[in-house]
Amino acid sequence: MANDIIRASEPGSICVDDVTMTFNIAKEQFNSLKEYFIAMTRHELKFKPFHALKNISFDVRPGESVGLVGTNGSGKSTMLKIIAGVLSPSEGTVTVNGNIAPLIELGAGFDRELTARENIYLNGALLGYRKEFIEENFDRIVEFAELQKFMDMPLKNYSSGMVARIAFSIATITEPDLLIVDEALSVGDQFFREKCERRISELVSSKNVTVLFVSHNAGQVKRVCERCIWIEKGNLRMDGPSVEVADAYANMKR
Amino acid sequence: MSQNASGETTPKTISKSDAWYPTSQRDLYVVRQLVTKDFKLKYRRSILGIAWSVLNPLLMMCVQAVVFTKLMSRHDSSIPNFPIYLILGNTAWHLMSDATNAGMQSIIHAQSLLKKVRINRWVFPVQKVLFAVVNYTFSLVAVALVMTVFRWTLSPWALMVPLGVLYLTVFCIGLSLLLSALAVFFRDVIHLWGVVLTAWMYLTPLFYSVTILPDWMQSAMRFNPMYLYITFIRRCLLWKMSPGPLIHVGCVGCALLMLAIGYTVFRKLEDRFILFI
Repeated sequence: MANDIIRASEPGSICVDDVTMTFNIAKEQFNSLKEYFIAMTRHELKFKPFHALKNISFDVRPGESVGLVGTNGSGKSTMLKIIAGVLSPSEGTVTVNGNIAPLIELGAGFDRELTARENIYLNGALLGYRKEFIEENFDRIVEFAELQKFMDMPLKNYSSGMVARIAFSIATITEPDLLIVDEALSVGDQFFREKCERRISELVSSKNVTVLFVSHNAGQVKRVCERCIWIEKGNLRMDGPSVEVADAYANMKR
Repeated sequence: MSQNASGETTPKTISKSDAWYPTSQRDLYVVRQLVTKDFKLKYRRSILGIAWSVLNPLLMMCVQAVVFTKLMSRHDSSIPNFPIYLILGNTAWHLMSDATNAGMQSIIHAQSLLKKVRINRWVFPVQKVLFAVVNYTFSLVAVALVMTVFRWTLSPWALMVPLGVLYLTVFCIGLSLLLSALAVFFRDVIHLWGVVLTAWMYLTPLFYSVTILPDWMQSAMRFNPMYLYITFIRRCLLWKMSPGPLIHVGCVGCALLMLAIGYTVFRKLEDRFILFI
């Protein structure tokens, strides 16, 4: 336990301790006060609890690269959102240290009316980058995205692949303490996908970045990550070397 | 949270500690970026652009001045200069109504972001209020124009105006925090607020003098925060006198009370926002 506390204070470490996430699925959706109060006075406020995650515990050391696999609706995204700090767990605690670069649905936080140039500054600010840092590295961000010609075009004229390129480029221009990748590589053309995977592998091998990687592609998980966690129907099914876990997942009997 | 990274970096990347703001400074830069964004978008593709921030209150004042002096021909001897009286009240009122309308919907509009990035949620309502304050500052140019036209001089009390605006800003932040949190759970608040604002506007002496009201309403007026803020600003600029201790205490009291209520409600509800947006 004492060991855990020391580890949890290092940037890039994740400590997930007995996390349970329960959603109350309302049998009816209330969209107005009137409906809500009518239901409340009639004692008709009924909820059906749904456990998206059940007593999940795991630790990730700084610099480790961990794949997360599981079938659709198994709770992977819920887990990522809790780690990213946007969702708080119903029970248990999650301790994450350091700067997080979330690549969850690329392009969140972009404003479609603004130009790409303005969006890079806005998104950089949302990720916590210093202004001077963005100014110094602006050209490198654009260069990595290979979109030099389109910088002064409003983002609404961009294709989803082009948006993804910029978003990826901003988030990985420096080494975050923790990089969260949620199926982000499935957008973009083949060449950019390969480029992204190379960049992620580069960050993994630098050993300065903790990488959390969600993918349905067992091969990709094996290539990128050393360790893999399999979450199935809200339960932690397997946690071990990515080769073993990814193979077990791929060969799962349904 | 420690921001300093140990260990060396690869040649292609910049030292990590230089790249990120410490958590405490992060919000400030985000707020600045968001206000800049709103400002750019507001006037994009309009020919007069930023001039509208000045023109709008000016034209509004002209319309109201004509309606109330020529068409309805009311002369109120208690008001030394009706156009200045109007524009001071209107601009301050619009600061509040713009701030709360935008602030109220700020969390709902930031939903895609709030679902993906860890960011302090209060940033959004606060940013909308600050954007309204920036616009108010521009409308002060219109006030200056009107005062020049009527050869209205400034007294030293004009230096107190920024203080009044600060009180009003704090009041708006509190109100926006409260409304934005409630609007997440009940969208009805958005529709209702429009009605409340209209009623509140007529109950606030924007285009009439408080002295035409019946006695009991005059004494009730001290509980109308907007009356207090507008009186503060009008006393400084129009009557060239001190706002007075009572108005001062009222303005500060309303601001702090509203901020306390807004902040408490917001903090209590904010963890559940994500489930409803």
